[in-house]
Amino acid sequence: MKTNVLRLCIASALIAATSAAGERPKGPDRYAITGARIVTGSGQVIEQGTLVLEHGLITAVGASVEVPDGVWVIDGSGKVVYPGLVDALSDIALEKSEASGDAPFSRGPLDRPGTTSWAAAADALVLDDDRVEAWRNAGFTSTVSSPSTGIVSGQAAFLNLAGERDEDLVVATPVALRVNFEPNANRSFPGSLMGVLAYIRQVFADASHYRVSQTAYAREPRGKRRPRYDRALAPLAEAQVDGWPVLMPGHWEHEIERAVRLGREIGVRPVVYGLHEGHRAAEFLASENVAVLVSLKWPEADEDRDPEAEEPLRVLRMREQAPKTPAALAKAGVMFGFYSDGLESPKEIFASLRKAIDRGLTHESALHALTLGPATIFGVDDRLGSLEAGKIANVIVADGALFDEDTRIETVFVDGAKYEIRKSTDEGGAP
Amino acid sequence: MNVKRFVWTAGLVASVRVIAGGGAAVAQTMVIRGGTILTVTNGTMVNGDILVEDGKIVEIGTNLSVPEGALVIDARGQFVMPGIIDAHSHIAAESINEGSVAVSSMTGIEDVLDPTDINIYRELAGGVTTSNILHGSANPIGGKNAVIKHRWGSDAEGLLFKGALPGIKFALGENPKRSRGGRRGVPRRYPATRMGVIDVIREAFTKARAYRKEWQDYEAQKAHGQADLVPPRRDFELEPLVEIMEGKRLVHAHCYRADEILQLLRVAEEFDFRIATLQHVLEGYKVAKEIAEHGAGASTFSDWWAYKMEAYDAIPYNAALMTEKGVLVSLNSDSAEEARHLNQEAAKTLKWGGLSEEQALALITINPAKQLRIDDRVGSIEVGKDADFAIFDTHPLSVYAVPQKTIVDGKVYFDREEDAERQKALVEERAELLEKLKPATEEKQ
Repeated sequence: MKTNVLRLCIASALIAATSAAGERPKGPDRYAITGARIVTGSGQVIEQGTLVLEHGLITAVGASVEVPDGVWVIDGSGKVVYPGLVDALSDIALEKSEASGDAPFSRGPLDRPGTTSWAAAADALVLDDDRVEAWRNAGFTSTVSSPSTGIVSGQAAFLNLAGERDEDLVVATPVALRVNFEPNANRSFPGSLMGVLAYIRQVFADASHYRVSQTAYAREPRGKRRPRYDRALAPLAEAQVDGWPVLMPGHWEHEIERAVRLGREIGVRPVVYGLHEGHRAAEFLASENVAVLVSLKWPEADEDRDPEAEEPLRVLRMREQAPKTPAALAKAGVMFGFYSDGLESPKEIFASLRKAIDRGLTHESALHALTLGPATIFGVDDRLGSLEAGKIANVIVADGALFDEDTRIETVFVDGAKYEIRKSTDEGGAP
Repeated sequence: MNVKRFVWTAGLVASVRVIAGGGAAVAQTMVIRGGTILTVTNGTMVNGDILVEDGKIVEIGTNLSVPEGALVIDARGQFVMPGIIDAHSHIAAESINEGSVAVSSMTGIEDVLDPTDINIYRELAGGVTTSNILHGSANPIGGKNAVIKHRWGSDAEGLLFKGALPGIKFALGENPKRSRGGRRGVPRRYPATRMGVIDVIREAFTKARAYRKEWQDYEAQKAHGQADLVPPRRDFELEPLVEIMEGKRLVHAHCYRADEILQLLRVAEEFDFRIATLQHVLEGYKVAKEIAEHGAGASTFSDWWAYKMEAYDAIPYNAALMTEKGVLVSLNSDSAEEARHLNQEAAKTLKWGGLSEEQALALITINPAKQLRIDDRVGSIEVGKDADFAIFDTHPLSVYAVPQKTIVDGKVYFDREEDAERQKALVEERAELLEKLKPATEEKQ
């Protein structure tokens, strides 16, 4: 494999940078990047500073940091160093859910339609996913991956995009519960949006009841009928008690409001994903103190639509205005993260980000929504999301400002392991 | 930068919201000047004035003095009637039927309201100010309805007619008994006959009775200080049925044939509740006396029938005949198009059955208001009621009548002249948007 071992003060052939997802680069795990512009992602920019990474962690960052003995020194002059980026919702590195054909027939809420709340992304990882490398090469060191089918899909995990074994990827699990508002495909219950919402309300009420009745039974089982075991309910009860983010969809303003209100009603912490029309809901979200995940797949005209038919004005407005959502959210003080939402390459992700920047999003806010924002939403901001001593060494080194079109990401560190990025190819490479 | 952790308190955070809607309606003191006022409940006043403050009717009279800063609406030569109420509508909702189960009472229209549905505005242009948004007719016991005001530009919550008694949809006859499923491993849904429909209803209320008892027992034990009690599981399918039996939820029952109407009235009486309205009720004229005795209202069409077997034995005299027998009757649209000319639908009863003008207007104003138990707020022009009006250029029962302004809660939501201007602006906006969106498409290709 051809490697690119330039710009090391100590040029070394020992570093076998590799791009295969499952292999970790063999080499040292103590580095210092010196003389670089360091954008910490927590509000500080160090014009000429040093970042020390040791044994997978950031051990020092600052303008006048002494380089410890025995570390590999990387000359960062002319480079910009950022915290690793996070794709805040995807199915990267997850086993494909088996194409199960028709969903099982469901007669009502007690059949728990579309519910696999016990399914944890962390237990169904596969390293053999091309996107692990493609995303990492573009600076995405982490992703929140979640089961995505059905109504209550399951538990999301916060993953680092490098490791030798599946388990190496997991930073935290579970970090969220994903919910969709999709009716049952075979038209058995729930066969409509209102059926789905009614089901969600019932199953979360059942979860509260489950917790209460199981606790009471455990305290004194004698003389009581045994409450029925229900694997669907325990995770929901946990989500209610421990305040897991519960991811709920919403693009239109009224869908966003609907998701938030339903979340409050069922006793969970709602985090809305989608947000095409989020620019209209920014004040509402701020007043509700609700965080959101913004899809980077900006809406486009349906390719299969009737060319003779006029698109409704509201649809045209949404399509034109969607990219101004991130700026509006930032201005209103809403916490948000970005997610790739099925975009096929990081190149498309960065093109989408530039659209948002064209519509008023500052570079600082964009970076926050790709780093500390999602880290905070998913409760891992104490261990990553910014370049601070003690945090996980997820770091990217670029040859310019991150969101500029001709900037190239040269080096990526995941958990302190160094990945040299080959010159970008056209497809799927660095931005 | 110090990023705060989230503080979340489920269900406790009050919803504060800035409305960013298309409607620029503003509540203000208003005098509607010099119109012919069709109060519906207190006759007609020629050249009358209506004073509106804080969204309510404050005074009705002649030559009222205009408070400083009040908006004066010149209605000279025009006709002012109460805002039209549509007792059966399916607009502004993103789903209508949960047809997978025979009893879908756990669902509700309130969950799926779509405040951006253009029909809210289009119906304002027909003088409609209040609509009863009903679940569809796929189930013997359907989902919960939502009564809305046409506050175009507000959010979903802002549409709701606060204080209206909640309701639910029932359905009899062909629609609920039509078989569903039967392929791809999905069994056919019960019921398949009219007797099956009634059986589903009876069984559901039998279950609801047991459910109510379970809760009553629990509350009694709790009141006796019994410790370590686990409350019963909440069942959102049965809770609305308990509310029906306790008189806290209205039943709006889709029906056609006389026999099924009587079936339903008897089942309701068996469980000691009353049907609030029979919807469609095309054969109501055959059992009008029984309907009146039960106390049910009837909400029907003017002259629309024969679109299916059970709708063949209908006559256009239905509304008039039921009215004569003492049934509280309204005319509804069940259609976003028909809702825009309910005044003409009402006018047909002058020909078919010879109702008076006032009786005809009552069919689309005070009568549906009574059926929905909101007649203390809307349905007529009376002091103290909500300032909901439809202003027509001529008598609304004339086929030539065109709504000029529609007012909800003292705010002008539709103004024909402004609308013409706004239409032009929207055409321009569309052109601009298409232009802006164009390069992106080309770039992609």
